Amino acid sequence: MKHHIIEKNIGLMGVLIAIVISFAGLVEIVPLMFQASVVEAHPNLKPYTALQLAGRDIYISEGCYNCHSQNIRPFVDETLRYGHYSQANEFVYDRPFQWGSKRTGPDLHRVGGKFSDDWHETHLLDPRSVVPESNMPGYPWLAEQMVDAEQVDAGMRVLKDWFDHPYTQEQLANAKADVEGKTKMQALIAYLQVLGTAIPRSYK
Amino acid sequence: MVMSSGWSIWIIVIVALHIVGYSWLLFSTSKMKEEDHKEGDTTGHEWDGIKEYNNPLPKWWLYMFILTIVFSVVYLILYPGMGNYKGILNWTQEGAWAEENAVVLKKRSELFSTFINKPIPEMIKDTKAMEIGERLFANHCSSCHGSDAQGAIGFPNLADNDWLYGGEPAIIVKSISAGRNGVMPPWGAALGDQGVKQVAAYVRSFSEQGQDAELVTEGQAKFGMFCVACHGADGKGNPMLGAPNLADNIWLHSYDSGLLETVISKGISGKMPKHSELLDDNSIKVLAAYVYSLSNE
Repeated sequence: MKHHIIEKNIGLMGVLIAIVISFAGLVEIVPLMFQASVVEAHPNLKPYTALQLAGRDIYISEGCYNCHSQNIRPFVDETLRYGHYSQANEFVYDRPFQWGSKRTGPDLHRVGGKFSDDWHETHLLDPRSVVPESNMPGYPWLAEQMVDAEQVDAGMRVLKDWFDHPYTQEQLANAKADVEGKTKMQALIAYLQVLGTAIPRSYK
Repeated sequence: MVMSSGWSIWIIVIVALHIVGYSWLLFSTSKMKEEDHKEGDTTGHEWDGIKEYNNPLPKWWLYMFILTIVFSVVYLILYPGMGNYKGILNWTQEGAWAEENAVVLKKRSELFSTFINKPIPEMIKDTKAMEIGERLFANHCSSCHGSDAQGAIGFPNLADNDWLYGGEPAIIVKSISAGRNGVMPPWGAALGDQGVKQVAAYVRSFSEQGQDAELVTEGQAKFGMFCVACHGADGKGNPMLGAPNLADNIWLHSYDSGLLETVISKGISGKMPKHSELLDDNSIKVLAAYVYSLSNE
């Protein structure tokens, strides 16, 4: 094929570029979709409960991922600070995962159990009341707004029906009742407290 | 990270074909020989009088392309990349971490060995130990207790020599490693609104003169019934239960109007998470020594 044919047909060039680039995906991404260590859940990992799932939605809607990653890389300086490095099989119930790439604040992958619920509430209402040097904004409205039970219920059914998350019939039946009357604050804290708990934080 | 052999072959074939393909592309397009090339040849392209020279790639540039292809081959022999092939070096991400971690742990135990066997009251005189303790504190404790260790509302000040559970070295170690659960039950139902006010007045009277005498008297009687079990008859608390001293004008939660009443009526709990699973015993000891040093210089 002569250069000038490609260079004068932008559509053809686009198609050829797409073909060339797709090879990287075929080698690097497609095999992962079938690799057990990536798609099979860690034995200790449980799908998010209704309240935790609601909290995850709030985490996303409030844009927490803009400043917090959930991905502890296998470097000693990270594991000393945050705990055991993250593994792919800890994220199979995250759609999509919240690994992030920006750390204005600390990594949150193993924040579960690190603080008390009270600390999280105090901190989310006004971060500087406990960490004076913090530049995180406060989220006081989370304590006033309620979780949308209908949405959580629908979300859980999608995860069960389309993505085969192992929810029991009982969990699905109780989804609405589990989040009824709960504030967004409670949901978000429930989510934060379960993050990264499938693997003990420490390696010692 | 073993994958099925089908996918392994898939990756190997595509990667190998690419390396061959790129090599072919490079050599077939760089065929122009020095001798065929005449100075001033153009490609025939012309835009508004601007012509494009048809010069061969500079040699060093060409060699860089060749070098990248050679690099990829060497890399794929040494490191994992070709499907399930592990590479001669047997390198893994986890292995690299474990190696680095072993070095760090060894260095740390060497560093700790100069002071770790000293009892905590001795260890606080070791500058190195205190520097390490300060860094550990900044990472693991400062979010709740503050970087200056002076706490916040609901999170104890660790620098004032006033302790909920006791300030002896062994107790501090236990607080860090096993955590603490302080629970003040709600008394609103038992005391009623007026009763809560009376008890609050009595509790305030420990620290401040000028409370309503009538409320204080009533409050004292109710305090004797409901509160003494944990806070003691004189209100000085009980470190066995983590019940705060109410008579020293140091307030974990609040002394302010209304807030003290809320605490009495609705109860309050305080949780210190356990750190035994996150930190090794030696680090906890150094951390405890640092906390101890804050009020025992």
